[in-house]
Amino acid sequence: MADIHFTPQLERFLACPPATVAGETVADVLHRLFDDRPRLRSYILDDQDRLRRHVAVFVNGRPLKDRIRLSDKVGPRDRIDVLQALSGG
Amino acid sequence: MSDTILVASRKGLLTLDAWSGALEDIAFRADPVSAVLDDPRDGSRYAALKLGHFGVKLHRRDPDGAWKEVAVPVLPKGDAEDAPSLEMIWTMETGGADQPGTLWAGTLPAALFRSDDRGESWRIVESLWDLPERPKWFGGGYDHAGIHSLLVDPRDPDRLTIGISCGGIWRSADAGRSWRVAGKGLVADYMPPEQKEDPNIQDPHRLHASAADPDVVWCQHHNGIFRSTDGGDSFERLHAPVSSFGFAVVADPNDPGTAWFAPAEKDERRIPVEQRFIVNRARQGGKAWDSFDEGLPQPPAFDLVYRHAMDISRDGALIAMGSTTGSLWLGEEGGSRWRQLSANLPPIAQVAFGK
Repeated sequence: MADIHFTPQLERFLACPPATVAGETVADVLHRLFDDRPRLRSYILDDQDRLRRHVAVFVNGRPLKDRIRLSDKVGPRDRIDVLQALSGG
Repeated sequence: MSDTILVASRKGLLTLDAWSGALEDIAFRADPVSAVLDDPRDGSRYAALKLGHFGVKLHRRDPDGAWKEVAVPVLPKGDAEDAPSLEMIWTMETGGADQPGTLWAGTLPAALFRSDDRGESWRIVESLWDLPERPKWFGGGYDHAGIHSLLVDPRDPDRLTIGISCGGIWRSADAGRSWRVAGKGLVADYMPPEQKEDPNIQDPHRLHASAADPDVVWCQHHNGIFRSTDGGDSFERLHAPVSSFGFAVVADPNDPGTAWFAPAEKDERRIPVEQRFIVNRARQGGKAWDSFDEGLPQPPAFDLVYRHAMDISRDGALIAMGSTTGSLWLGEEGGSRWRQLSANLPPIAQVAFGK
């Protein structure tokens, strides 16, 4: 179970209000959320279910360690922030 | 409607009046648009986005309707940690006139996808993805090889010809169930001597077939200009004035012997020769050539025309052309006279006359 919040930049493309979602890892939380919000998936994960290169995820303010399997543990009252990395253009 | 020019740009999909250059609409403002396609069979318009943070997206606009996000092609799952993910929809084409809703998408990394429901779902053409020759393909300017040209034979839409940078030209006679490499006669000067004529590593920058004779295929290749009269199976090398290097080519829909090119100096110097921008026209199958500069920028010009940034109207009367420095021109009278419609657009990936 964790609280998940999204960068307001995503609101340009689709609605993504904060949510409280069950799960023991960041992957659990995200995949449960994608069940309810299927369009969100391709904005956060790439074709191999890795975190997109220019998306940043923080757990209680710490950068995600496992960007490939998203196996970082989360517990009750933990906060996940999905932000955009800085990139140019 | 040759009265409208669509511009897929680094900062949105622009719609301009072809005659005045007046900006009529901006969709996806400030977002990179990699490809646009009008489907004359049902009036739909498709726009492929390449969002810097959030990946490839595809949107469809129904006639008189709003834009709607539809599905994007997805590459197969791989075992390796660096297994590829879709980077860009590089080109889209409609299926045959008798295949409403069928679309093809060529992507980077090089994969071909088919939709039969107007982009609501996509499936990869596995026979191409599983080719044993595919691991030899390599990127030309990108990290991966990519499919940028899709020719659907108007006489039989199961006959497909695709161009891959750098993976050569491949043809299918059965709607993509099986493939054979084509492009005999293409020459890759960037390879060791014994591999220069290997058809599987060629870098055709762009293929365009003549509507007057779909067996005539013009190819702007990394190492020159080539023309085929057998649908792309074999090619003859041509020599243009000023320079044979470039990316774009459009074939005359009325005359299979005529095509237009926007040359740059050479591979390692991608600017106009002596910074004077010209357009080349081949006639008589490349036996005769003209170079035009009326209305085009004089030195110092840095404009480069990407492979999809030239289009010819269905009747052949008008040519639209856009550059990486954000210039847009309209060509008339066989491309002999050009008029600048804008000099202040974002970098242009594709131009297309609205249909």
